[in-house]
Amino acid sequence: MASPLEQFEIVDLSKPLFMIGKVPITFTNSAAFMFAAVGVASIFLIAAGSRKQLVPGRLQGLAEMLYDMVAGMIRDNVGDAGKKYFPFLFSLFIFILFGNMLGMIPYTFTFTSHIAVTFAMAFAIFIVITLIGIFKHGLHFFSLFFPHGAPLATAPILIPIEVISYLSRPVSLSVRLFANMTVGHVLLKVLAGFVVALGIVGGWVPLLVLVGITALEFLVAFLQAYIFTILCCIYLNDALHLH
Amino acid sequence: MAAGEKPPSLDELDARVKAAQQVQERRVGKPGGGPRGGTEKIGVGLRIGIELVAGVVVGTVLGLLLDRWLGTKPWLLIVGFLLGSCAGFLNVYRVAQAEEARRKTAAASEAKDQSRSP
Repeated sequence: MASPLEQFEIVDLSKPLFMIGKVPITFTNSAAFMFAAVGVASIFLIAAGSRKQLVPGRLQGLAEMLYDMVAGMIRDNVGDAGKKYFPFLFSLFIFILFGNMLGMIPYTFTFTSHIAVTFAMAFAIFIVITLIGIFKHGLHFFSLFFPHGAPLATAPILIPIEVISYLSRPVSLSVRLFANMTVGHVLLKVLAGFVVALGIVGGWVPLLVLVGITALEFLVAFLQAYIFTILCCIYLNDALHLH
Repeated sequence: MAAGEKPPSLDELDARVKAAQQVQERRVGKPGGGPRGGTEKIGVGLRIGIELVAGVVVGTVLGLLLDRWLGTKPWLLIVGFLLGSCAGFLNVYRVAQAEEARRKTAAASEAKDQSRSP
Protein backbone atom coordinates (compact mmCIF):
# COMPACT_ATOMS: atom_id res chain seq x y z
CA MET A 1 0.00 0.00 0.00
CA ALA A 2 1.18 3.53 -0.75
CA SER A 3 2.76 5.35 2.14
CA PRO A 4 0.63 8.15 3.61
CA LEU A 5 3.56 10.50 3.06
CA GLU A 6 3.82 9.82 -0.66
CA GLN A 7 1.37 12.61 -1.43
CA PHE A 8 3.90 15.20 -0.24
CA GLU A 9 6.61 14.11 -2.64
CA ILE A 10 8.08 16.82 -4.85
CA VAL A 11 8.31 15.68 -8.46
CA ASP A 12 10.31 17.45 -11.15
CA LEU A 13 8.12 18.15 -14.13
CA SER A 14 10.87 19.60 -16.32
CA LYS A 15 14.58 19.59 -16.97
CA PRO A 16 16.52 22.05 -14.80
CA LEU A 17 15.61 25.51 -16.06
CA PHE A 18 18.57 27.36 -14.55
CA MET A 19 20.99 27.08 -11.66
CA ILE A 20 21.19 29.11 -8.47
CA GLY A 21 24.66 28.35 -7.17
CA LYS A 22 24.80 24.55 -7.33
CA VAL A 23 21.06 24.04 -6.96
CA PRO A 24 19.24 23.23 -10.19
CA ILE A 25 15.89 24.97 -10.39
CA THR A 26 13.21 22.83 -11.98
CA PHE A 27 9.51 23.25 -12.52
CA THR A 28 7.99 20.97 -9.87
CA ASN A 29 4.49 19.79 -9.09
CA SER A 30 4.52 22.26 -6.20
CA ALA A 31 5.15 25.15 -8.60
CA ALA A 32 2.52 23.76 -10.97
CA PHE A 33 -0.11 23.82 -8.23
CA MET A 34 0.87 27.35 -7.23
CA PHE A 35 0.22 28.40 -10.83
CA ALA A 36 -3.01 26.41 -10.73
CA ALA A 37 -4.11 28.19 -7.54
CA VAL A 38 -3.39 31.58 -9.07
CA GLY A 39 -5.14 30.56 -12.29
CA VAL A 40 -8.27 29.19 -10.63
CA ALA A 41 -8.46 32.17 -8.28
CA SER A 42 -8.11 34.59 -11.20
CA ILE A 43 -10.78 32.82 -13.24
CA PHE A 44 -13.09 32.72 -10.23
CA LEU A 45 -12.69 36.41 -9.38
CA ILE A 46 -12.87 37.59 -13.01
CA ALA A 47 -15.98 35.48 -13.61
CA ALA A 48 -17.51 36.75 -10.39
CA GLY A 49 -16.83 40.35 -11.33
CA SER A 50 -17.91 40.11 -14.96
CA ARG A 51 -21.66 40.59 -14.45
CA LYS A 52 -21.56 43.31 -11.75
CA GLN A 53 -25.13 43.04 -10.56
CA LEU A 54 -26.63 45.13 -7.78
CA VAL A 55 -28.17 42.03 -6.25
CA PRO A 56 -25.32 39.52 -6.47
CA GLY A 57 -25.78 36.04 -7.84
CA ARG A 58 -24.12 33.04 -6.19
CA LEU A 59 -20.68 33.54 -7.71
CA GLN A 60 -20.61 37.29 -7.20
CA GLY A 61 -22.00 36.82 -3.69
CA LEU A 62 -19.18 34.46 -2.81
CA ALA A 63 -16.54 36.84 -4.13
CA GLU A 64 -18.14 39.77 -2.28
CA MET A 65 -18.18 37.71 0.91
CA LEU A 66 -14.45 36.99 0.67
CA TYR A 67 -13.76 40.65 -0.14
CA ASP A 68 -15.89 41.85 2.79
CA MET A 69 -14.22 39.40 5.12
CA VAL A 70 -10.68 40.55 4.34
CA ALA A 71 -11.77 44.20 4.33
CA GLY A 72 -13.43 43.75 7.72
CA MET A 73 -10.37 41.95 9.05
CA ILE A 74 -8.14 44.90 8.08
CA ARG A 75 -10.65 47.45 9.41
CA ASP A 76 -10.91 45.70 12.78
CA ASN A 77 -7.23 44.87 13.25
CA VAL A 78 -5.29 47.63 11.52
CA GLY A 79 -7.74 50.47 11.02
CA ASP A 80 -7.66 53.05 8.24
CA ALA A 81 -3.87 52.92 7.94
CA GLY A 82 -4.17 49.34 6.72
CA LYS A 83 -6.33 50.17 3.69
CA LYS A 84 -3.45 50.48 1.28
CA TYR A 85 -2.26 46.99 2.21
CA PHE A 86 -5.62 45.47 1.25
CA PRO A 87 -4.54 44.28 -2.23
CA PHE A 88 -1.59 42.41 -0.79
CA LEU A 89 -3.49 40.85 2.12
CA PHE A 90 -6.40 39.88 -0.12
CA SER A 91 -4.06 38.22 -2.64
CA LEU A 92 -2.30 36.42 0.20
CA PHE A 93 -5.58 35.15 1.62
CA ILE A 94 -6.87 34.01 -1.78
CA PHE A 95 -3.56 32.33 -2.66
CA ILE A 96 -3.46 30.29 0.55
CA LEU A 97 -7.18 29.57 0.47
CA PHE A 98 -7.08 28.25 -3.09
CA GLY A 99 -3.86 26.33 -2.38
CA ASN A 100 -5.54 24.62 0.57
CA MET A 101 -8.80 23.99 -1.27
CA LEU A 102 -7.12 22.61 -4.42
CA GLY A 103 -5.26 20.25 -2.12
CA MET A 104 -8.58 18.83 -0.93
CA ILE A 105 -9.29 17.43 -4.38
CA PRO A 106 -8.06 13.83 -4.62
CA TYR A 107 -4.77 13.28 -6.52
CA THR A 108 -3.73 16.91 -6.19
CA PHE A 109 -0.71 18.29 -4.41
CA THR A 110 -1.02 20.71 -1.48
CA PHE A 111 1.79 23.23 -1.69
CA THR A 112 0.90 24.70 1.71
CA SER A 113 1.86 21.36 3.29
CA HIS A 114 5.54 22.15 2.78
CA ILE A 115 7.38 24.17 5.39
CA ALA A 116 9.64 25.53 2.65
CA VAL A 117 6.64 27.23 1.04
CA THR A 118 4.94 28.48 4.20
CA PHE A 119 8.16 29.62 5.83
CA ALA A 120 9.23 31.49 2.72
CA MET A 121 5.89 33.34 2.73
CA ALA A 122 5.93 33.99 6.48
CA PHE A 123 9.56 35.12 6.50
CA ALA A 124 9.14 37.45 3.52
CA ILE A 125 6.09 39.02 5.18
CA PHE A 126 7.96 39.30 8.46
CA ILE A 127 10.86 41.14 6.79
CA VAL A 128 8.55 43.48 4.87
CA ILE A 129 6.45 44.30 7.94
CA THR A 130 9.59 44.97 9.99
CA LEU A 131 10.89 47.29 7.23
CA ILE A 132 7.53 49.09 7.08
CA GLY A 133 7.77 49.64 10.84
CA ILE A 134 11.35 50.92 10.65
CA PHE A 135 10.62 53.27 7.73
CA LYS A 136 7.54 54.64 9.43
CA HIS A 137 8.93 55.13 12.93
CA GLY A 138 12.70 55.17 12.42
CA LEU A 139 14.68 53.95 15.40
CA HIS A 140 11.63 54.55 17.55
CA PHE A 141 10.40 51.23 16.13
CA PHE A 142 12.69 49.40 18.54
CA SER A 143 10.64 50.66 21.48
CA LEU A 144 8.44 47.71 20.49
CA PHE A 145 10.98 45.55 22.31
CA PHE A 146 10.70 47.31 25.64
CA PRO A 147 7.30 47.43 27.35
CA HIS A 148 6.03 50.82 28.35
CA GLY A 149 6.74 51.81 31.94
CA ALA A 150 8.81 48.78 32.95
CA PRO A 151 11.71 49.62 35.27
CA LEU A 152 14.98 50.11 33.36
CA ALA A 153 16.76 47.50 35.48
CA THR A 154 14.63 44.74 33.93
CA ALA A 155 15.79 45.62 30.40
CA PRO A 156 18.56 42.96 30.17
CA ILE A 157 15.93 40.24 30.66
CA LEU A 158 12.90 41.81 29.01
CA ILE A 159 14.58 42.88 25.77
CA PRO A 160 15.91 39.40 24.85
CA ILE A 161 12.52 37.90 25.70
CA GLU A 162 10.71 40.44 23.53
CA VAL A 163 13.19 39.96 20.69
CA ILE A 164 12.77 36.17 20.81
CA SER A 165 9.02 36.60 20.97
CA TYR A 166 9.20 38.86 17.92
CA LEU A 167 11.46 36.45 16.02
CA SER A 168 9.15 33.55 16.82
CA ARG A 169 6.36 35.15 14.78
CA PRO A 170 7.37 33.87 11.35
CA VAL A 171 8.05 30.45 12.89
CA SER A 172 4.64 30.12 14.50
CA LEU A 173 2.96 31.61 11.44
CA SER A 174 4.53 29.13 9.02
CA VAL A 175 4.52 26.05 11.26
CA ARG A 176 0.83 26.49 12.02
CA LEU A 177 -0.21 26.44 8.37
CA PHE A 178 2.23 23.71 7.37
CA ALA A 179 1.46 21.45 10.37
CA ASN A 180 -2.29 21.72 10.00
CA MET A 181 -2.26 20.92 6.31
CA THR A 182 0.24 18.06 6.63
CA VAL A 183 -1.48 16.45 9.60
CA GLY A 184 -4.89 16.66 7.96
CA HIS A 185 -3.73 15.04 4.76
CA VAL A 186 -1.80 12.27 6.55
CA LEU A 187 -4.85 11.57 8.71
CA LEU A 188 -7.06 11.29 5.63
CA LYS A 189 -4.63 8.89 3.95
CA VAL A 190 -4.23 6.71 7.06
CA LEU A 191 -7.97 6.46 7.60
CA ALA A 192 -8.48 5.67 3.94
CA GLY A 193 -5.89 2.90 4.38
CA PHE A 194 -8.00 1.42 7.20
CA VAL A 195 -11.04 1.39 4.94
CA VAL A 196 -9.17 -0.70 2.37
CA ALA A 197 -7.52 -2.95 4.99
CA LEU A 198 -10.78 -3.77 6.79
CA GLY A 199 -12.57 -4.37 3.52
CA ILE A 200 -16.30 -4.61 3.00
CA VAL A 201 -16.91 -6.14 6.45
CA GLY A 202 -15.44 -3.61 8.86
CA GLY A 203 -14.48 -0.79 6.49
CA TRP A 204 -17.71 1.09 7.06
CA VAL A 205 -16.66 2.47 10.42
CA PRO A 206 -13.46 4.24 9.26
CA LEU A 207 -15.32 5.31 6.11
CA LEU A 208 -17.88 7.17 8.22
CA VAL A 209 -15.11 8.78 10.24
CA LEU A 210 -13.36 9.65 6.98
CA VAL A 211 -16.42 11.53 5.73
CA GLY A 212 -16.50 13.56 8.94
CA ILE A 213 -12.77 14.25 8.86
CA THR A 214 -13.01 15.36 5.22
CA ALA A 215 -15.58 17.97 6.20
CA LEU A 216 -13.32 19.03 9.08
CA GLU A 217 -10.41 19.34 6.67
CA PHE A 218 -12.37 21.75 4.48
CA LEU A 219 -12.99 23.80 7.60
CA VAL A 220 -9.30 23.69 8.52
CA ALA A 221 -8.29 24.62 4.96
CA PHE A 222 -10.41 27.75 5.18
CA LEU A 223 -9.57 28.51 8.79
CA GLN A 224 -5.81 28.32 8.28
CA ALA A 225 -5.94 30.75 5.37
CA TYR A 226 -8.03 33.03 7.56
CA ILE A 227 -5.68 32.77 10.56
CA PHE A 228 -2.58 33.35 8.42
CA THR A 229 -4.07 36.54 7.02
CA ILE A 230 -5.47 37.83 10.31
CA LEU A 231 -2.10 37.32 12.01
CA CYS A 232 -0.43 39.28 9.20
CA CYS A 233 -2.95 42.06 9.95
CA ILE A 234 -2.12 41.95 13.66
CA TYR A 235 1.63 42.07 12.99
CA LEU A 236 1.14 44.89 10.50
CA ASN A 237 -0.84 46.78 13.13
CA ASP A 238 2.01 46.38 15.63
CA ALA A 239 4.46 47.78 13.08
CA LEU A 240 2.21 50.70 12.12
CA HIS A 241 0.98 51.74 15.55
CA LEU A 242 3.68 50.52 18.01
CA HIS A 243 1.70 49.74 21.16
CA MET B 1 -43.12 43.66 -10.73
CA ALA B 2 -46.17 44.89 -12.61
CA ALA B 3 -45.63 46.96 -15.76
CA GLY B 4 -45.67 50.73 -15.21
CA GLU B 5 -44.77 50.39 -11.55
CA LYS B 6 -41.70 52.39 -10.59
CA PRO B 7 -38.65 50.24 -9.72
CA PRO B 8 -37.81 50.58 -6.01
CA SER B 9 -35.17 53.21 -5.24
CA LEU B 10 -31.77 52.26 -3.88
CA ASP B 11 -32.68 53.67 -0.47
CA GLU B 12 -35.66 51.38 -0.24
CA LEU B 13 -33.56 48.43 -1.31
CA ASP B 14 -30.93 49.34 1.26
CA ALA B 15 -33.53 49.46 4.01
CA ARG B 16 -34.87 46.07 2.98
CA VAL B 17 -31.37 44.53 2.89
CA LYS B 18 -30.65 45.94 6.37
CA ALA B 19 -33.92 44.56 7.75
CA ALA B 20 -33.20 41.14 6.30
CA GLN B 21 -29.67 41.23 7.72
CA GLN B 22 -31.01 42.06 11.18
CA VAL B 23 -33.35 39.08 11.12
CA GLN B 24 -30.45 36.89 10.03
CA GLU B 25 -28.15 38.30 12.70
CA ARG B 26 -30.66 37.59 15.41
CA ARG B 27 -30.82 34.01 14.22
CA VAL B 28 -27.19 33.10 13.53
CA GLY B 29 -25.05 35.96 14.85
CA LYS B 30 -23.22 38.80 13.20
CA PRO B 31 -21.77 38.14 9.75
CA GLY B 32 -18.73 39.67 8.13
CA GLY B 33 -16.41 39.01 11.04
CA GLY B 34 -15.16 35.79 9.54
CA PRO B 35 -15.74 32.42 11.16
CA ARG B 36 -17.58 32.53 14.45
CA GLY B 37 -18.83 30.38 17.27
CA GLY B 38 -17.18 26.98 17.43
CA THR B 39 -15.00 27.60 14.39
CA GLU B 40 -13.38 30.61 16.00
CA LYS B 41 -12.60 28.66 19.16
CA ILE B 42 -10.88 25.90 17.18
CA GLY B 43 -8.75 28.62 15.60
CA VAL B 44 -7.67 30.03 18.95
CA GLY B 45 -6.91 26.58 20.30
CA LEU B 46 -4.73 25.75 17.31
CA ARG B 47 -2.87 29.04 17.69
CA ILE B 48 -1.92 28.78 21.34
CA GLY B 49 -0.06 25.46 21.24
CA ILE B 50 2.16 26.53 18.38
CA GLU B 51 2.87 29.98 19.87
CA LEU B 52 4.33 28.30 22.97
CA VAL B 53 6.52 25.90 21.02
CA ALA B 54 7.70 28.58 18.57
CA GLY B 55 9.10 30.75 21.38
CA VAL B 56 11.02 27.85 22.92
CA VAL B 57 12.38 26.67 19.56
CA VAL B 58 13.52 30.14 18.44
CA GLY B 59 15.17 30.85 21.80
CA THR B 60 16.98 27.52 21.85
CA VAL B 61 18.18 27.72 18.25
CA LEU B 62 19.35 31.30 18.79
CA GLY B 63 21.31 30.17 21.86
CA LEU B 64 22.83 27.28 19.93
CA LEU B 65 23.95 29.50 17.05
CA LEU B 66 25.38 32.15 19.38
CA ASP B 67 27.25 29.39 21.24
CA ARG B 68 28.77 28.13 18.03
CA TRP B 69 29.72 31.66 16.98
CA LEU B 70 31.16 32.83 20.32
CA GLY B 71 32.46 29.45 21.49
CA THR B 72 30.68 29.64 24.84
CA LYS B 73 29.22 26.14 24.84
CA PRO B 74 26.85 25.36 26.53
CA TRP B 75 25.93 28.50 28.43
CA LEU B 76 24.07 30.53 25.83
CA LEU B 77 22.07 27.43 24.88
CA ILE B 78 20.79 27.23 28.46
CA VAL B 79 20.10 30.96 28.65
CA GLY B 80 18.45 30.85 25.24
CA PHE B 81 16.21 27.97 26.29
CA LEU B 82 15.09 29.78 29.44
CA LEU B 83 14.49 33.09 27.67
CA GLY B 84 12.76 31.23 24.84
CA SER B 85 10.42 29.55 27.32
CA CYS B 86 9.60 32.97 28.76
CA ALA B 87 8.97 34.28 25.24
CA GLY B 88 6.69 31.30 24.55
CA PHE B 89 4.65 32.04 27.65
CA LEU B 90 4.58 35.71 26.71
CA ASN B 91 3.21 34.76 23.28
CA VAL B 92 0.49 32.63 24.84
CA TYR B 93 -0.33 35.38 27.34
CA ARG B 94 -0.68 37.91 24.51
CA VAL B 95 -2.98 35.65 22.50
CA ALA B 96 -5.15 35.01 25.57
CA GLN B 97 -5.22 38.71 26.42
CA ALA B 98 -6.24 39.72 22.88
CA GLU B 99 -8.90 37.01 22.88
CA GLU B 100 -10.26 38.21 26.21
CA ALA B 101 -10.40 41.82 25.01
CA ARG B 102 -12.22 40.78 21.84
CA ARG B 103 -14.72 38.69 23.77
CA LYS B 104 -15.45 41.61 26.07
CA THR B 105 -16.09 44.04 23.22
CA ALA B 106 -18.27 41.44 21.50
CA ALA B 107 -20.27 40.90 24.71
CA ALA B 108 -20.59 44.66 25.23
CA SER B 109 -21.86 45.28 21.70
CA GLU B 110 -24.29 42.39 22.07
CA ALA B 111 -25.65 43.82 25.33
CA LYS B 112 -26.05 47.19 23.62
CA ASP B 113 -27.96 45.58 20.76
CA GLN B 114 -30.31 43.88 23.17
CA SER B 115 -30.98 47.00 25.22
CA ARG B 116 -31.73 48.92 22.03
CA SER B 117 -34.29 46.49 20.68
CA PRO B 118 -37.21 45.98 23.09
